Amino acid sequence: MSGFLNRSLVKKYWMAATGLFLCLFLVGHVSGNLQLLIPGYEGKLQFNEYAVFMTTNPAVKVLSYVTYFSILFHVIDGILLTRANKKARPQGYVYNKPQRNSIWSSRNMGILGTIILVFIVFHMQDFWYEYKFGEIPYMVSEQGHPITKSGEVVVDGVINSESAKVMKNGEVAGLAMKDLHEEVMEAFQVPWIVIVYVISMIAIAFHLWHGFSSAFQSIGINHDKYTPIIKKAGYAFAVVIPLLFAIIPVIIYLK
Amino acid sequence: MKLTLKIWRQNGPEEKGEMVDYQVSDISEDMSFLEMIDVLNEGIIDGSIDDKGNYGPVAFDHDCREGICGMCSMYINGEAHGPGRGVTTCQLHMREFNDGETIYIEPWRSKAFPIVKDLVTDRSSFDRIMQAGGYVSVNTSGNTQDGNAIPIPKENADWAFDAATCIGCGACVASCKNSSAMLFVSAKVTQLSLLPQGDVERNRRVKNMVKQMDEEGFGNCTNTGACEVECPKGISLKNIARMNQEYLKASFTTE
Ligand code: HEM
Ligand code: SF4
Ligand code: FES
Repeated sequence: MSGFLNRSLVKKYWMAATGLFLCLFLVGHVSGNLQLLIPGYEGKLQFNEYAVFMTTNPAVKVLSYVTYFSILFHVIDGILLTRANKKARPQGYVYNKPQRNSIWSSRNMGILGTIILVFIVFHMQDFWYEYKFGEIPYMVSEQGHPITKSGEVVVDGVINSESAKVMKNGEVAGLAMKDLHEEVMEAFQVPWIVIVYVISMIAIAFHLWHGFSSAFQSIGINHDKYTPIIKKAGYAFAVVIPLLFAIIPVIIYLK
Repeated sequence: MKLTLKIWRQNGPEEKGEMVDYQVSDISEDMSFLEMIDVLNEGIIDGSIDDKGNYGPVAFDHDCREGICGMCSMYINGEAHGPGRGVTTCQLHMREFNDGETIYIEPWRSKAFPIVKDLVTDRSSFDRIMQAGGYVSVNTSGNTQDGNAIPIPKENADWAFDAATCIGCGACVASCKNSSAMLFVSAKVTQLSLLPQGDVERNRRVKNMVKQMDEEGFGNCTNTGACEVECPKGISLKNIARMNQEYLKASFTTE
């Protein structure tokens, strides 16, 4: 196990493993987000129930910690690699034509990653932080009654704004369900937020255009038959997933 | 043909270098690139070509002039060994260029390939990587088994042979945006460990060679694929994947 963390190859194994895990995470995330497009009260309720599930289910908790770890590790490892790579060529060429031998995104993974990182920070404080700690409207039923986190409509209940609990006749009926759906709908009425989301998804698309198949090469998979398939799957993934993410704010804005 | 050459001139390892312009004429399309430089140097020596800065003849590495020694390192018009594919500088012909063209000529740029003079770089870092494991230990007792008597799967023999065509020129390092030596090292690792004689030491070999590669200051592979495109011998990226796999396996052995 000599040099199990400091060798160049080992850093790349971690990069690939965390990167591929994050690809899986994106699939889960986008399927959740697509519920935002379900119209009417149904959709609103389903999305808010989903938000409760995602913040309370123990299995999801574990997964979310693995995700945080992956992002953190991917970022730190990416910075270390990119810095070492810069140092390996202290003086560059006066005249260079890298476009003759490699694609743009493969040479700019660091820049693309940085854009994604800035986006993640912005995105976390926009929705995740707001949902957990910020002021967010509460979900109410079609008749205007509050709803608890377990989905129970409390007829004539009132929400105690300090404790965030639904009260009825002086008794606690449960914690009030927050209306993240409303929060998202409001955010995506703001043109610059929509633009930031779309641009960031383009950055992810370029990152994955190279990154998806690159990860397989890093862990030692390069096969005459399967690698062309992995490449094609990677291009499809890099286009479809960010596109699905990006159409959500655009559709909401245009509605 | 008449040409304008912009050539990197540097008197010694610690000196400051610069790009200097030269005008050459009477260049035949059938000359090799090195013969064109010979014409330039003759002109500088007999005074018919203006030697701005009094640098004297241009120093460059060359030996076989038939594409097998790997000495003729030149970064020509933004690419290692120039615009041709599958050729070294000595095999590059002037018909690849147009009359009146400006040609940029620079040395390999990498921390691990320090400049000796002008276009000459010190590539002994490759030698040290080879010394770290790029060999097969044999005893010379006189009882050595006849290599031809050992059965080898055809695919292994073919693959080992393809990898063995690497001439150690360093174009892969020069082309790589990270100055990574992965293509070279993986070719050597593959060539040796796929054959029965080299198989015995495969774990130790890959670990030691990668360790030396990192210590020499080469960058990390980002899988851009530039090396494979610019390699005069068509060494495949598959070798890099093979080495990634081999190193991963070797990391879990105690050897
Ligand atoms: C949704 C989030 C992300 C996903 C799905 C993702 C995915 C990937 C994948 C699959 C790779 C290829 C790994 C390999 O070549 O072995 C990669 C490489 C890379 N990522 Fe990310 N990434 C994400 C976010 C980030 C962020 C936030 C950064 C910020 C620094 C970043 C920086 C990099 C860098 C620098 C590389 C190239 C590493 C190298 O090849 O040397 N990524 N990413
Ligand atoms: S792998 Fe190709 S480019 Fe690299 S040293 Fe060998 S022959 Fe030269
Ligand atoms: S001089 Fe030997 S390969 Fe060019």
